[in-house]
Amino acid sequence: MEIKAGRLVEPCSTRITLTGAWRTFVPVVDHKKCIKCNLCEIYCPEGCIHQVQSNDVKTLRAYAYTPEQIADLPKDETVFIPDLNYCKGCSVCAHECPRRAIEMVLEEK
Amino acid sequence: MEKSLLAPGHRACAGCAMPTTIKLVLDAAGPNTIVVSPTGCLEVTTTPFPESAWCVPWIHSLFENAAAVASGVEVMLKRRCKDANVIVIGGDGSTLDIGMGSNSGMFERGHKVLYVCYDNEAYMNTGVQRSGSTPFCANTTTTPSGKISLGNPRPKKDMPAIAVAHRVPYVATASVAYPVDLRRKVKKALQVSGPSYIQVNAPCITGWTFDAGTMVEIARLAVETGLWPLVEWENGVVGQVKKVTRPKPVDEYLKLQGRYRHLFKMPDGGEMLKQIQAIADANIAKYRLVD
Repeated sequence: MEIKAGRLVEPCSTRITLTGAWRTFVPVVDHKKCIKCNLCEIYCPEGCIHQVQSNDVKTLRAYAYTPEQIADLPKDETVFIPDLNYCKGCSVCAHECPRRAIEMVLEEK
Repeated sequence: MEKSLLAPGHRACAGCAMPTTIKLVLDAAGPNTIVVSPTGCLEVTTTPFPESAWCVPWIHSLFENAAAVASGVEVMLKRRCKDANVIVIGGDGSTLDIGMGSNSGMFERGHKVLYVCYDNEAYMNTGVQRSGSTPFCANTTTTPSGKISLGNPRPKKDMPAIAVAHRVPYVATASVAYPVDLRRKVKKALQVSGPSYIQVNAPCITGWTFDAGTMVEIARLAVETGLWPLVEWENGVVGQVKKVTRPKPVDEYLKLQGRYRHLFKMPDGGEMLKQIQAIADANIAKYRLVD
């Protein structure tokens, strides 16, 4: 009997599955309240909260932010924002934020 | 943590503690790591064929033999004079029940492998059946609460003590709510020349049934009530212990979870709450959690 070797797949390849589609509520960060403690980044089960420069339009567009949302960000600042392609809307970040700077908002698609 | 070694797009439930645990373990271990996993939520959610969320080499074989596979990996690395961290990450079902024999073998043979158990206290992947790690009075599908039962009748198996009895040089308990502590313990375990074992309390939103977002709060309450003491054993001796300044009553931890809801409704529930409080008090006394 021929024994077939196990299956090999590409590393990090779940990136092709955009789990953001699971979401009902979306975390919205109040960047004025944020003290950049990075607890949201640490606790996020998806690992999809990132530190981004607010003028880095290319990255923000890749994280599924609209030009209007990008225009609303504070100018030339490091901001903590979720990658909306993957955020499942679990609200752990909103719950753990020590400054309550993250609000879960019902998302209409 | 800009570049996590666990990619997003994995299929774990929203609000699951397990991916956060893996993220922290990989963050502490770094990219020069080989991970072996037994069957469980972790295997199913991170590697839906033909995808993988792992950015480090990762192997799955069976439910019961992750420790044996890791032993082989470690021996082969030694043979080829290569150096890498070998880590097993598995759930409580495979660690405490199904893979117990191969874990025992790995510990006893002294392979330089770190075994991390993310403990969600039941077989969550198959539908919340009781495991050896299910705590006293928890409601699961195989220990349902009702007229003749108040949930799981047996206390939790003390796996760290079993590891200590194998003379594992470094054993620790950790919690997803204490990320700095968890990272430090992983780094310390990887410095040890023999096997090491870390059991991480990882709340399960589906099996424990709690509100979305309270995952970290629940894990923190487990520590603050004394039900999940954060302890290290170095060469069998209790080392650093996370002190709890003012232990909270266990009710605060239990009432947030659907799996204990019956204790607050049924007439005999109060007596059970006292017994659970006694478990916490015993931990507090045993590990001197309060100064």
